[in-house]
Amino acid sequence: MEKILEVKDLVIKFKLRGKILKAIREASLDIYEGESLAIVGESGSGKSVLTKSFMGLLDSNGWVDKGEIIYKDNNIAKYNTEKEWLTIRGKQIAMVFQEPMTSLNPLKTIGNQVKEAVELHQGLKGDDAKKAVLEILEDVGIQYPERRYKQYPHEFSGGMRQRVVIAIAVACRPNILICDEPTTALDVTIQAQILKLLKDLKKKYSLTTIYITHDLGVVANVADRIAVMYAGDIVEIGKCEEVFYNGQHPYTWALLSSLPQLGVKGQPLYSIKGTPPNLFNEVKGDAFAARNTKALKIDFEIRPPYFEVSPTHKARTWLLDKRAPQVEPPESIKILRQQWRRLNG
Amino acid sequence: MGKEKFLEVKNLRVEFGKKKKKFIAVDDVSFNIYKGETFGLVGESGSGKTTIGRAIIRINEISGGEILYKGKRISGQIDKDLDKEVVKNIQMIFQDPMASLNERAKVDYIVSEGLYNLKNYKDEEERKAKVAKALLDVGLLPEFASRFPHEFSGGQRQRIGVARALIMKPDFIIADEPISALDVSIRAQVLNLLSDLQKRMGLTYLFIAHDLSVVRFITDRLAVIYKGRIVELAETEKLFQHPLHPYTRALLSAIPIPDPRKEKAKVLKAYAPSIYEYSKDKPKWVEIEREHFILANEREIDEYRRILG
Repeated sequence: MEKILEVKDLVIKFKLRGKILKAIREASLDIYEGESLAIVGESGSGKSVLTKSFMGLLDSNGWVDKGEIIYKDNNIAKYNTEKEWLTIRGKQIAMVFQEPMTSLNPLKTIGNQVKEAVELHQGLKGDDAKKAVLEILEDVGIQYPERRYKQYPHEFSGGMRQRVVIAIAVACRPNILICDEPTTALDVTIQAQILKLLKDLKKKYSLTTIYITHDLGVVANVADRIAVMYAGDIVEIGKCEEVFYNGQHPYTWALLSSLPQLGVKGQPLYSIKGTPPNLFNEVKGDAFAARNTKALKIDFEIRPPYFEVSPTHKARTWLLDKRAPQVEPPESIKILRQQWRRLNG
Repeated sequence: MGKEKFLEVKNLRVEFGKKKKKFIAVDDVSFNIYKGETFGLVGESGSGKTTIGRAIIRINEISGGEILYKGKRISGQIDKDLDKEVVKNIQMIFQDPMASLNERAKVDYIVSEGLYNLKNYKDEEERKAKVAKALLDVGLLPEFASRFPHEFSGGQRQRIGVARALIMKPDFIIADEPISALDVSIRAQVLNLLSDLQKRMGLTYLFIAHDLSVVRFITDRLAVIYKGRIVELAETEKLFQHPLHPYTRALLSAIPIPDPRKEKAKVLKAYAPSIYEYSKDKPKWVEIEREHFILANEREIDEYRRILG
C-alpha cells in the first residue's frame, strides 16, 4: 500500500503561562492510502493535537518545533500562512468534529452551510450548487433533502446534525477524513448508524479515514490499524487484531483491562493508578513507567525504541528487548492472547 | 439476598407542560428495587430515565401513580418528618463532575452543604470530622477540604460528588450517568469505588446510564426504557443473554464490542415501532416468567411464551 501521509519525529510545543509544554514528543506515523486508522488514548494524550497539526489547526500558542509531516511530497509542517493551509484544509484533509451541537452555525440554514463547502471546493454556483448539496444530503442519509435544505440546525436531532457535519466534510471531496470522536455525544443506536454511514462513505469516495476515539468498541468496529497514544507519543501501533489480541505495551494492557466488558462481575475492575506525566517537564525513560506497577529499572532511565513484533506491528517497550525478564501480563490480557494463538494456529 | 422491597414505583406517570403543550415523559412505569441491589435503568436520551430518577428524589412532580420507600408513600404531599428522612436517606450523584460542583466554593462547603441544610450536626468540630470521614471514604485526603474544585482531575471531582452524597449517611443512591463524562481509565476507578462502598455500607443503587457495557458489569437487575415506558425488566445477565422485546434486542445489538472479530461481523437489528399494531390489542406490563417483565400485547405474549418454551 502507498503512503499518503508521513509523520517523522514530530515535536509540537505549546506556550502556556510563560511555560513550554511538549504536547507531541518525537512521534512518527505512516498513514496508508485507503486505510482506516484509529488513534486511541486518554484525554490529554495528544491525539487531537497530532491530527490538528495535519490541517494547520493548532491553537495560536502552539507550533511544530521539529520534525516533518509529508503529504504528497510536500512537508506541510513548514506551512505558516493561511493561504498555504487552504490548499490542504478541506480540499485534501477534512475533519468531522465531536460535538454536532456546536460545530454548526445556528443562524444559517443547513442547505447554506453545506453549499458553502460545495461552492468553495467544487467551484459550483447557483442551481448546480444546490443540486450537488441535495445529492450529498441524500448520500449521508437525510430524508426529504428538499425540505431539510431550508431548515436550521435546531430543527435537527443530534444524529441528524452529525450527518450534516459529515456532509460538509465530504462535500469538499477530501482524500483524508479525520473523525474526532464522531460518536461520543450520541446514543448507541444512533452511534451504530453513524459508524455505518462513515464506512459506506469511505468506500464510495475511496477515503482514507483517521478516527480519534477513546471508545475501544468503536475502534474494533471501524479500524484496520490502531495507534495507541500515551503522553504525546505513539507507544504501540499495529493491525487492529494484533493490538487487541496481542498487545505488547503495558499501557495497552492497562487500557484493555480497564474495560468493563473484560471484567468479572463482583470483582474490582482493573484500574490504572496515578496520573499521566506532566508534559511541562522533560519526560525521562518510558512515560508510562511511573504508573506501571511492573516497570523495569531501565524504564525510568532510557526511552525505549520501537521493537518489531511483526512487520506490521511495533511497540515502544523494553519488555520486547531480548535481555528483558518475562513479565506476566494481567489476567484478561492472557485470555486475549490465548484467543490470538488459537486464531493463528 | 433477602428480597426485601426497598423502593416500589407503581404506575408512575410524569407530565410536563399543560393542555396542548402537554408532554408525557414517563407513562405507567412500575418496578421494585430490592434492598442492597444495584438496579439499572437504560435507554436513549429523551427516553425518560433521568425523569424517573428525579421523580423518586422528589425533584420532578408526578402526575399519577405512587412511589413507596420502605413501604411508606413518598410521592405527593408528605409530612415534614418523612420529608426530612427522605432528603437525608436518598442521595443523588450527577453526571458531569465539571458542571455539578460549585466552582466558587471550597470542597469543605460543597461536601457539607447537605449537613447545613438539615442541621444534623452538633458543632463545627463534628461537621469537620464528618467531612474528613466522607473524603476518606471515597479515597481522598481530608486536607483536600480547603481546596477548590478546579484543582482536581475529573475522577477526583466525581469522588467529591460521591462524598457529598455519602456524608448524609444515605441508604439509597441514585447515580445518574456517574461515569459517562469520564475517561476510560478513570471510569474503572469510579466503578470500583461505587461497588466497594455498596459492600461496605450496604447501599442500594439506582444506576441510570446509556452505556450498556458498564450497566452489564455493575447492575444486578436491569430495566430498558423506551419513550417513557419500560419495555423489559429482568436480571441483567438474563436480559443480555435472552432479550425478548424487539427494542431490547435492537439496543443490545448496537453496543460496540471491544473485540474486532465479533464487532466487524455483527449484524445490527433495527427497531421500527411503526410495524407493531397496538391500536386494538393494547400492550400490558406482564411477568412472562419469574422476575422477567415485559411490555407486550396478547399476541406477542403468546409468541414470547413459545420462545421461552
